Parts: sequence; C-alpha cells; structure tokens
Amino acid sequence: MRLLNLLKIAFKAIVLNKMRTLLTMLGIIIGVASVIAMLAIGEGSKESIRSTISSMGSNMIAIKPGADIRGGVRRSREDMETLTLKDYEAIKSQASLLSYITPSVDGGGQVINGANNWPSTIYGVNPDYLNIKVWDLQSGSMFTDAEVKSAAKVAVIGQTIVENVFPDGTDPVGQMMRFNNIPFKVIGVLEEKGESTSGQDQDDIVIAPYTTVQKRILAIDHLMEIMASAISEDQAQNAVDEVSAILRVSHKLNETDDDDFHVRSMEELISTFSSTSEMLTLLLVAVASISLLIGGIGIMNIMYVSVKERTKEIGLRMAVGGKGSDILMQFLIEAILISVTGGVLGVILGLGATFFIEKFLNWPTSVALYSIVISFAVCAITGIFFGWYPARKASALDPITALRYE
Amino acid sequence: MKVLLCHKAEVLEEYKIMSKEIIKIEELKRDFTMGSETVHALKGISYSITEGEFVTIMGSSGSGKSTMLNILGCLDQPTSGTYEIDGVRVKDLNKNELATIRNEKIGFIFQSYNLLARTSAIENVELPLLYNSKVSTEERRERAVKALKMVGLGERLHHTPSQLSGGQQQRVAIARSLVNNPVMILADEATGNLDTRTSYEIMSLFQELNQQGITITFVTHEPDIATFSSRTIVLKDGNIIKDYKNENIQDAAEHLANLPKEDH
Repeated sequence: MRLLNLLKIAFKAIVLNKMRTLLTMLGIIIGVASVIAMLAIGEGSKESIRSTISSMGSNMIAIKPGADIRGGVRRSREDMETLTLKDYEAIKSQASLLSYITPSVDGGGQVINGANNWPSTIYGVNPDYLNIKVWDLQSGSMFTDAEVKSAAKVAVIGQTIVENVFPDGTDPVGQMMRFNNIPFKVIGVLEEKGESTSGQDQDDIVIAPYTTVQKRILAIDHLMEIMASAISEDQAQNAVDEVSAILRVSHKLNETDDDDFHVRSMEELISTFSSTSEMLTLLLVAVASISLLIGGIGIMNIMYVSVKERTKEIGLRMAVGGKGSDILMQFLIEAILISVTGGVLGVILGLGATFFIEKFLNWPTSVALYSIVISFAVCAITGIFFGWYPARKASALDPITALRYE
Repeated sequence: MKVLLCHKAEVLEEYKIMSKEIIKIEELKRDFTMGSETVHALKGISYSITEGEFVTIMGSSGSGKSTMLNILGCLDQPTSGTYEIDGVRVKDLNKNELATIRNEKIGFIFQSYNLLARTSAIENVELPLLYNSKVSTEERRERAVKALKMVGLGERLHHTPSQLSGGQQQRVAIARSLVNNPVMILADEATGNLDTRTSYEIMSLFQELNQQGITITFVTHEPDIATFSSRTIVLKDGNIIKDYKNENIQDAAEHLANLPKEDH
C-alpha cells in the first residue's frame, strides 16, 4: 500500500516530464543496448570459433614427437624420429577412449598432370583419416586397408589440386597424376573444406596410404604424427591422458623423465581461441560499460535538477506529513524507474541491434541470457547508486526553508 | 417533545467538545542564533485555543508571527516552554513523529496555494492521505471528493491548477487541508494573493467551516481579515500585546453581497 503510493507518485512525476525523462533514459538505453550488442558479438565470435574447430573434428587428438636435445643440440620436433609405428600399434591396441587412429607422415612436392603442375603437400595416412578430420568425399572412394598394406600408389585429392592440376573439368577419378616422380592413380576427390582458422587452404592436399608416402616419397620408417579422435568431445582430455600413459610405457620413460612427445586435444586449441575472444569481449563490454556509467551520471544530473526544481513541492509534501524517508523513497524510486525503464528499452534496442548486425553485416552473434540479466541488474544498481545522493539531499531539506523557496 | 430533548442533548454534547483545548502554549520562547548574535523571536508567550474557535494571529513583519506559525504547524520546535496540540507535547517529538502530527492533526493553507502543478484537483486534495497508510485507496478518493464538495468544487475534480482561478485554487488548498480531518486548520496569509471579492468568498468559506465546528487559526497582517474571526491575538516584537474576543464578528457573505456588482 505504502510502496504502491510511492510508485504512483514517482510514476506521476515521470509522466509529467516525458521529454526530459526520455532524454535522461537515452543514456541508459544506449548503455544497456551496447552492452547487450557487444556481448552478443563477443559470444557469437566465440561460438563461431568453436564451431569452426568442431568442423575440424573437435574430439581430434594429435600426438607429435617432442623436441629433445641430442648431442647437446636442441633439435626441432620434425627431426625427431621418436614416434614409430610401434607406438601407433600400442595405442591402437590399448587405448579404450579412441574411436579412430591413423599414423601420419607428410612431405612437400609437385603435383604433375601433363602440362599442369602445382606445389602441394602429400599426407600419408590410413582410411581413418577422413573420419578423424570429419571430411567427406565428393566423388570416388577412399583407399582401403589392403591398399595401405600393399603400399599402393593411389591418392585422394583436394579441390585446390582438382582446380589446378585437372583444370579441364573432367572427373579426375581414375586418372593418373604424378607427385614428384611417383605416379599415383586418383581414386577419390574430397569435398571443399575452405580455409582453416589460421588461413591455410585445407583443400590443397593429396592423401595417400602412409606406407606409400613413407617408402616411395620420404624414404623413412618413423612417423611424424599420430592422429586420433576421442570417442566423444567430453572424453578428449581423458583420452589425452590415456595416450600419454601408453606412450610413456612404450617409450620406456622413467617416472622422473619428461614426456618426449606431445599429446594435444582440440579442446586446448578451443580454449586458446576462446580466451582470445573472451579478452576481446571484455574489452567491448568495458567500452559499453562506460556508456552505461555516463547514462547513470545523466540520471544523477537530472535527479539533482529535479530536486532543486521541486524544492517547494518537497516542502509541501513534508508539511502535509511526508517524512524524510518518504521523500527519499520518492526520488529514489523515480531514479530507479527511469533507469529500469531505460533498461527495458535498452534490452529491446540491444536485441534489435544484434538482429541487425547478424542480418545485414553477417557477423555471428549470440545473445546470452546472462548479458540481459547482468545489464538489467546493473541498471537497477545504477538507479539506486546515482539516485541516492539527490534523493538524500531532498529528504534532508528543512520543510520551512523548502516551503519558502522560490 | 422527545425530538426536542434529543436536540438539547446534542447541543450539550457539542458544548462539551467545544470547550476542549486544542492548542495549549505556555511560556513559549524561540531563539535564533545568527552568528554571534541571538535573536529572541518569541519571548515567552502563553495562550490556548479551544475547539471551534476562529483565531487570527496578527502582527507586522518581525513580530514573531512567522515563527509562531512554524511552531504551531509543527515545522519548528520551541527553544523553551511547552506547546501541546490535541494533548500531545510537541517538544519531545522527533522529526518523523512531527511529520505524523502534521499529517493527522493539522491542515495547512498557504498564501501561494502550493498546489502541485499539472496535477488534478482531486489528486492534490488526496496528497496528505497518501502519507497516511491507514487510509485505503477507495477511502482516500471518497474523502477527497467530499472535501472538494465542501468547498464548492464538486464539479471540478479533474481540473489542474492552471485551469482554475486563484480563488478556486485556494479552495482546492482548503479542501486539501480538510481531507485528513485535522483538529485545526492553519492558514498563512490565505487571502494574501487574492482580490477583495475573492478574499471575501474565501473568508465566507472559512466562516462556514468554522460554524461546522472546525477550529481555524489564521495568520495575517491585514486588520480587516481579523474582523471575520472570533478572536484576535496581536504579536509585537515576540510578545502578545493584545488578545481579545471579537464582539462584533463581521459576516463575510454579507460583505460579499454588498460589494458593487462586477461588469460581466
């Protein structure tokens, strides 16, 4: 009853000064709207990074040899020959949290078909590779385990190779091409995958059985990498631990020895990217918060003027029985009403702006519920914080002076 | 016969109520300290007002009239002496309790009406009741309408002050002072901003209300206003120099009728 009366009084005061109230609200509206829009952009980019990484196979696990010191020289991990087929077999037979696993070797060279040639990279893997990378074939088929065993000279090629080496538009499947001097029969064409997050052309690729690449192109018998995928994204970290344990045994490492390999899940990559974009979001929100603060100061300013302007009214209210606390509440509620109404309008505007950004600028956005809750809470707090001082001033007025104030 | 007896009992009852002291002031002093100087605005005043009286407090500026008004209105506290309103000793009350006294026992009327701008007459009248949590919304509206009817503005409930004449605005203010059923109406130069005709109208209204048993204290510096009241207290330099019953109370309505007709 009492609060209802105060609400009524405050509402009345706001309605009587529509234009001024609206202008005051504008600061809050813009502040809240920008916080929501900025958070939506930040969340959106975070999610888009996550989905990009997901499309690369978010439960992917990469096992690489670790850098080590040999004869006093610190050597790059590519030079390490510590990762072998034995490791691959050990992991394949012992790991329980992996669904797919493939050895991997790669080498650069020239892809040649008649007069057309193109510098590219050949990846030696097994048929699991496509499952790990979440990649489909556009035409043809993947090589088989039997072809891996026999080190067959067959290859699956990416779209960039198709464009540059088979430019006449004929289906490359079934045709012959050379990688350096080794002839390969093209048995499949990969779907277009586009650029990776680091800007690398993922379609510039030739895939062949790892045995073939090891023997005929690189002339090595160690592995450069082992790729696997965990049974699920949630199990990625456990799978990493499991693989590490298997490799430590396989490499006969003592408890005190450091790992001579690196096992990384995409989860780490995701969190690296996410933290970068989180930083960006934080920055955006900081900027937006400043505008919210300025909006708050606008409220304080107008409430201060309002108290001054209505000194006589305050005197009258006190004369007819308004207590100091009533006057305080009246002005405080007025300030809160302004900021909360501004907050509601700001949320609407922010959602509108987000929609606009998504629709017309094609930026990924994602409105998080917490951003609305937070900006709303901040609004109410702003109202109380910036409304308090003027309201306190009003309530401390002496009724006699206030009544005589002109 | 029975009817007559009943009536007589009522009159007796009324007489008993009329003798009740609304205001009791004893040796009341009020000092103001201005820098190193102390100004004695009121220098030990004693008087009382009983229910149903229509008292004017007169005095030129500097007589302590305004100080008296502030204390009577519970807006200010005396330095020493006692002030009782409706049996409550005001001296011991804190700010909030004073506000409650003002809300429940006093009806204020000001020279400049002090209505809330752009607010309808009825909402202006409801104002004191907003600060009284004992009054429900329906009762508040009901009492405001009744008070406005009493001052003859039953037809203008929703007019804002700018749509009303000075006299009508003061009537709204009077309705506002009546709405909380105060024990006393305290008017501060209530006719000061009005022309002669309207002043008489307002005084006539005050006399009417007084005849209904409402106690009125009217602070003014105009001597002819005092002739409409039943008692006059004259202040000078913080002392009462005259306090007399008015033997020949003028009828404001009559004065109004005798005014030369205005051209319309």
